[in-house]
Amino acid sequence: MEFGSINPVLLVASLMVASTPILLAAIGELIAEKSGVLNLGVEGMMIVGAVTGFIVAVQTGSPFLGFVAAAAGAAVLAFLFAVLVLFFLSNQVATGLGLTLFGLGISALMGQGYVGIRPPASPRWDFFGLSELPVVGPILFNQHPLVYLSLILVAATWYVLRSTRMGLVLRAVGESHDAAHALGYSVHGTRIAAILFGGACAGLGGAFLSLVIVPQWTDGMTAGRGWIALAIVVFASWRPWRVLLGAYLFGGVTVLQLNLQAAGIAIPVELLSMSPYLITILVLVIISSDRNRAALNAPASLGRAFHASH
Amino acid sequence: MIHLEKRPTPSPLWSYLTPLIAVVATMIAGGLMFALLGKDPVVAIRTIFWDPIFGEFAFYYRGQLLVKAGPLILIAIGLSLGFRAGIWNIGAEGQYIMGAVFGAAVGLAFYPMEARWLVFPLMILGGALGGFLWAMIPGILRTRFNTNEILVSLLLVYVAEQILASMSLGLLRNPDGAGFPGSRNLRQYESAANNELIAGWGMHWGVVAAFIAVIFAYIMLSRHVMGFNVRLTGESPRAAKFAGVNPNRLILFCLGTSGALAGLAGLFEVAGPAGQISIDFNVGYGFTAIIVAFLGRLHPIGILLAGLLMALTYIGGEAAQASLGLPAAAIQAFQGMLLFFLLAFDVFTNFRLRLGREIST
Repeated sequence: MEFGSINPVLLVASLMVASTPILLAAIGELIAEKSGVLNLGVEGMMIVGAVTGFIVAVQTGSPFLGFVAAAAGAAVLAFLFAVLVLFFLSNQVATGLGLTLFGLGISALMGQGYVGIRPPASPRWDFFGLSELPVVGPILFNQHPLVYLSLILVAATWYVLRSTRMGLVLRAVGESHDAAHALGYSVHGTRIAAILFGGACAGLGGAFLSLVIVPQWTDGMTAGRGWIALAIVVFASWRPWRVLLGAYLFGGVTVLQLNLQAAGIAIPVELLSMSPYLITILVLVIISSDRNRAALNAPASLGRAFHASH
Repeated sequence: MIHLEKRPTPSPLWSYLTPLIAVVATMIAGGLMFALLGKDPVVAIRTIFWDPIFGEFAFYYRGQLLVKAGPLILIAIGLSLGFRAGIWNIGAEGQYIMGAVFGAAVGLAFYPMEARWLVFPLMILGGALGGFLWAMIPGILRTRFNTNEILVSLLLVYVAEQILASMSLGLLRNPDGAGFPGSRNLRQYESAANNELIAGWGMHWGVVAAFIAVIFAYIMLSRHVMGFNVRLTGESPRAAKFAGVNPNRLILFCLGTSGALAGLAGLFEVAGPAGQISIDFNVGYGFTAIIVAFLGRLHPIGILLAGLLMALTYIGGEAAQASLGLPAAAIQAFQGMLLFFLLAFDVFTNFRLRLGREIST
């Protein structure tokens, strides 16, 4: 095999870009799951974020407003999920699936007149010319603002969950909603906030895809990234830094396979295209085969409905 | 204050009412959506739900009804078994693709042999096997390595789509097709074609298989010990464990059955209505079947009715696309809405609304 045509520095820089949608979605889902809610609608929220962000950015000409709208749009969808799951006590797995199916439909509907349009470019940051530095320049100092935001979110999530009151309440609600309720914490309030945060993050991730990475709108463009984000949360055993690792691992595989496709290596294109999914499955198998370790960090109330009877 | 109070036992009345209320609510909400799109909501709803059965061109649409309902029912019956037991196979779309690929490969391997008695049954076996094997991947990973079957089965859909693309461009491509992607048309190959059994009815072998599956599932769930085990596991996993139900065997059974049925649906589709393996062969039946399973309350007869209704939204959607210019995606959103309303109203099966202050217990 010949790797000569692949530049390792650019590979790392583009890896970070390719991973960002999944990283954002996964960190949002991590918060939702830590509060005890399994939201399988990540894919649906991402694609709705992708389309709302795209439409608003094209209409206003401002990528920033596009990202804000993407977060808001996906949060609206997440709110629907929250109402169904928390107040109508519906099955979380089924509702999450419904969210994905509905999101895919509604996004295709919304995005109709927008196929084939180019969105306004959103520039990458350049720290006082530091991007000119060899190796570290393109990787650390010349990325899109959202790439930095995603990294800040990982650190913030880690800090909040570990050492703030808010994080402790969130974890308490996720571990035992009955006990948290008895202590006077608002189970529903915490979970709504967590679900909305998860939705907003997924929406940002989707918009990053449609406004920066591709940048275009096509139906179903998230292509399973929402599901991979879900898998990464399991892979990370609900730890923020491991989410980062998982997302970058996935991004690395994606970028590498695209580079290999472009380099014309004698591996069938389809095999390369399916490799991110296959590797996600493989990683899931490895992580879950150790029964004790996999279950250790899972929120104990994950997926269970809460109904205060008194 | 309004609050919910748990019913001592689920209300049978509400469990029948929920799907009906959900359909009505979806029609209202869908009508609003169509109005927002600038279409007359009443006309749109009538075009989707009424005209295909009773309208001017009903003779054409009625046949299409069974064509669309067949695969939906077949897949949903399989899925409902797992859903009842808390085993979530949501990758039926992938199993459907693999069934079609396997079945079509068997058929094409025999081309141009004329022994239909041999080729067609072997294709059916191949289709079922393809779906079965594809569903066994999440099954075995779940039972051996405790890997989440929801994620694996779903991720495998994307893998199956790549295999489908590879097959239609490579191995199964029509050698006489002047280089165009896609396999030979199986409908033009006498021994492999799954044509209509009665002209104009839309009844092909896949629809027959769907009806047989409904009957078998009904008998199994109400009379056979396996059906009892499925229901027991769903309602109380602990009780099932004490009753000696082997959870691993149950997982493999549910996933295997749903995979085989989805594979069959794929085979009947590729040999019949679709005709050939092509890149865009799959149209989302595997996902819509999830809605069908829930709308039918995971009950075989319910699924039969729900499958027909969902097929109606497909055909009515196409009709509305042609006559009103309603976007195709609107129907997908409409179907998703239906699932939402269904899940929302389902709360009244297990809870009742109470007005006034809560009484502390």
